[in-house]
Amino acid sequence: MSANSWTIAAARDALRKGEISATDLTMACLTAIDAADDLGAFVHKTPDIALEQARTAEARIKAGDAPSMCGIPLGIKDLFCTKGVPSQAASNILGGFTPEYESTVTTKLFEAGAVMLGKLNMDEFAMGSSNETSCYGNAVNPWKVDDRRLTPGGSSGGSAAAVAGDLCLAATGTDTGGSIRQPAAFTGIVGIKPTYGRVSRWGIVAFASSLDQAGPMTKTVRDAAIFLQAMAGHDPKDSTSADLPVPDFEAALTGDIRGKKIGLPREYRMEGMRAEIEKLWSDGAAMLRDAGAEIVDISLPHTKYALPAYYVIAPAEASSNLARYDGVRYGHRAKLAAGDGITEMYEKTRAEGFGKEVQRRVMIGTYVLSAGFYDAYYNRARKVRALIKRDFEQAFAAGVDAILTPATPSAAFGLGEMSSADPIEMYLNDVFTVTVNLAGLPGISVPVGLDKQGLPLGLQLIGRPWEEGDLLNHAYVLEQAAGFVAKPTKWW
Amino acid sequence: MSIDIDTARRVAKLARIRVEEADLPALAGELSGILTFMEQLNEVDVTGVEPMTSVTPMRLKRRKDEVTDGNIQSQVLKNAPDAREGFFAVPKVVE
Repeated sequence: MSANSWTIAAARDALRKGEISATDLTMACLTAIDAADDLGAFVHKTPDIALEQARTAEARIKAGDAPSMCGIPLGIKDLFCTKGVPSQAASNILGGFTPEYESTVTTKLFEAGAVMLGKLNMDEFAMGSSNETSCYGNAVNPWKVDDRRLTPGGSSGGSAAAVAGDLCLAATGTDTGGSIRQPAAFTGIVGIKPTYGRVSRWGIVAFASSLDQAGPMTKTVRDAAIFLQAMAGHDPKDSTSADLPVPDFEAALTGDIRGKKIGLPREYRMEGMRAEIEKLWSDGAAMLRDAGAEIVDISLPHTKYALPAYYVIAPAEASSNLARYDGVRYGHRAKLAAGDGITEMYEKTRAEGFGKEVQRRVMIGTYVLSAGFYDAYYNRARKVRALIKRDFEQAFAAGVDAILTPATPSAAFGLGEMSSADPIEMYLNDVFTVTVNLAGLPGISVPVGLDKQGLPLGLQLIGRPWEEGDLLNHAYVLEQAAGFVAKPTKWW
Repeated sequence: MSIDIDTARRVAKLARIRVEEADLPALAGELSGILTFMEQLNEVDVTGVEPMTSVTPMRLKRRKDEVTDGNIQSQVLKNAPDAREGFFAVPKVVE
């Protein structure tokens, strides 16, 4: 088995034992990346940085100073600012932007010895569920069942395609409404969105600041635990990052969930739910029951209102965050006509630089924050958000340890199949994941089975705030019981 | 809530995004569709509920009000589309 297909845990052990060098491991990934342009996953390749970091990691490993991520080759979502390397958030408005600084997450990963292979495709400004809004073009799902090219999901579509296609051992993602968990489910990998505040947002291009959280996308739950450990922790540069100790997440994987209470929210049993999703969900519940957990029915009564609340709050915050793209300090500036003033510069720059979906969300956000509508839309949505969070608090207060739901309403769909659809239809992809962002909770998607066409399907587990360790342990039990080992057949 | 063409034009103006006149009807239609979807929020009884300001009950950290950074003019200007003599350059703002 070629080293690029290894897990972080296997590579860590092999590196420490000297069975492979960090350079050889990195080369295996770089070779796989060069042969995978059809996947559209890596949009800026950084082989020189990777090999330099691999050599440094090698020296550290030889010296016996090897944290878990030392020498591990990763892909980095284009949303993370990386010093001297293009960081465009998949938008033309950031064309040519190369940050003079490094995001806190990548700084921590590099300090731990991780290797950056390059930057990964995504939906523009992380707005999308299919990676079709990217200025780089589509990322493509390594899974394929007929002639169609399928979406890897979004917004972290490049990250999901890269991990599922074994181009890297793992990748960073970010999740504002499901952007780690939905693509993870579509590609048969693991993705965790940590509790809001667990991971620093500093240096990550902002979409909706009260919802954004970065997290790992990996081949196994154990890898998610190792990777999250290296990303998490307090950062004085992000005032919303929590000053709480980061527990040993890998040590939490005991495989014992006897006596734990797992809630199945009845409101997630949506009208028109596909039979195979319903079966996957009840199979998952049976697996946790067999492992000694108690399965209980719970109610999260405001679930139905999560999507409309999200699509008020996220665009509102986005319209404010994206106001900074004005053609003055960085990125694209439109060519101006004689006599154009500063307003024309703003308007032409933003019309040229932002794609359709981003423009739509910025305008929706502008509208719901405008005089006369602020109370009717934005404040009402924030009140509903408080109720959604209270639903979860009441479930946890009643003794529920984790909540099990489907991760997505379907398996991956074909690229272009939703292009004529109403934007709302695309938004429905987030129906099971968006509540978790609104409530600031940790959520993880675990691959559990294949649909009848042979495409991966995932289940989501939702945990108590700051209890990522316990959540990962539940996910670990589900992963072991499901025994999902299917891999896409290489066609690229 | 239906958005007419004038409102769409005004929203585009507020957002500082140029939209051609010919594209305004389609934009108004799309925005109306999304806002209609949001109308569901009116079904919820929110009496006595405070709008959420922070998703985790945390007090934001404060730090000493002091300079921790600076003297990086060339780095600050490095990505500017137009920088001259140590400044960001823009079209004429004042007549």
